Amino acid sequence: MLAFFSIAADKSAFLKSLFVIYKPTGPLSGVTTSSILVWLIAWGILEWRWRNRTVAQARINAVALVLLGLSLLLTFPPVAELF
Amino acid sequence: MEITERSLWTLIHGMGFGALYLLACSGALVELYRRYSPGAANPIAPGDDNFLKVYLVAMSVLAWLTVLTGAYIIYPWYRAAAPAGAVNLAAFPQRLLLSNSATCGWHSIGMEWKEHIAWLVPISITMAAAVVIRYGRDLRNHPQLRAAVLCFTLVSFLAAGIAGFFGAMLVKKAPVEGGRTIHLMDGE
Repeated sequence: MLAFFSIAADKSAFLKSLFVIYKPTGPLSGVTTSSILVWLIAWGILEWRWRNRTVAQARINAVALVLLGLSLLLTFPPVAELF
Repeated sequence: MEITERSLWTLIHGMGFGALYLLACSGALVELYRRYSPGAANPIAPGDDNFLKVYLVAMSVLAWLTVLTGAYIIYPWYRAAAPAGAVNLAAFPQRLLLSNSATCGWHSIGMEWKEHIAWLVPISITMAAAVVIRYGRDLRNHPQLRAAVLCFTLVSFLAAGIAGFFGAMLVKKAPVEGGRTIHLMDGE
């Protein structure tokens, strides 16, 4: 989400202005705050849904690692600028 | 021997929080691998278990302090806009880097990557800490979950290393200086 919000802010002046929560820090303040909120909400939802269930750990691990790898890649500016 | 206020904050962010976090990562990786290895012979003592939980929580706190001081204290100084017609850009590190084709990459790749990838550090290590706190010694019986915790801690270390490297290079190329001068001690 961090990479997604960052790329979106770079592409749209409107979104960039929306992401300015703390002016001295600029759009980075909104991009990172939004990403953290999405992460916490997703964590809460998954905790609620999976609390008393046995889940397919291998598949979940694979998805998590793919998303982590994508976030490492998409935060790299030469890759982000491809979008 | 003197240091400016902004330089002191950069030191606290980079060395006090960031470098300490990188050092702590090596301990976390070794312990997570060794302690919860399914093949490990010795049972884990409750004291050891609690120590690792506190250790990971401390790492999470360090990681959050690093990114928050970076984004909300130092980054505004770094990206401050220079007045029109300013010739000396030393007080405006981002503008200084972008003013020269030989150094602009340190901002357009270095800082632009650092300011985003660094946030993966506290997110990943907080996840690892939460899982270890929840499962404790029982993590030994969940090898796939242990593998996930190890991977996320490793990614946290990698992301911190990338952010730390570019931070160190940026402070060499365009240091964040300014504010009150703090006198540390007299030389000989």
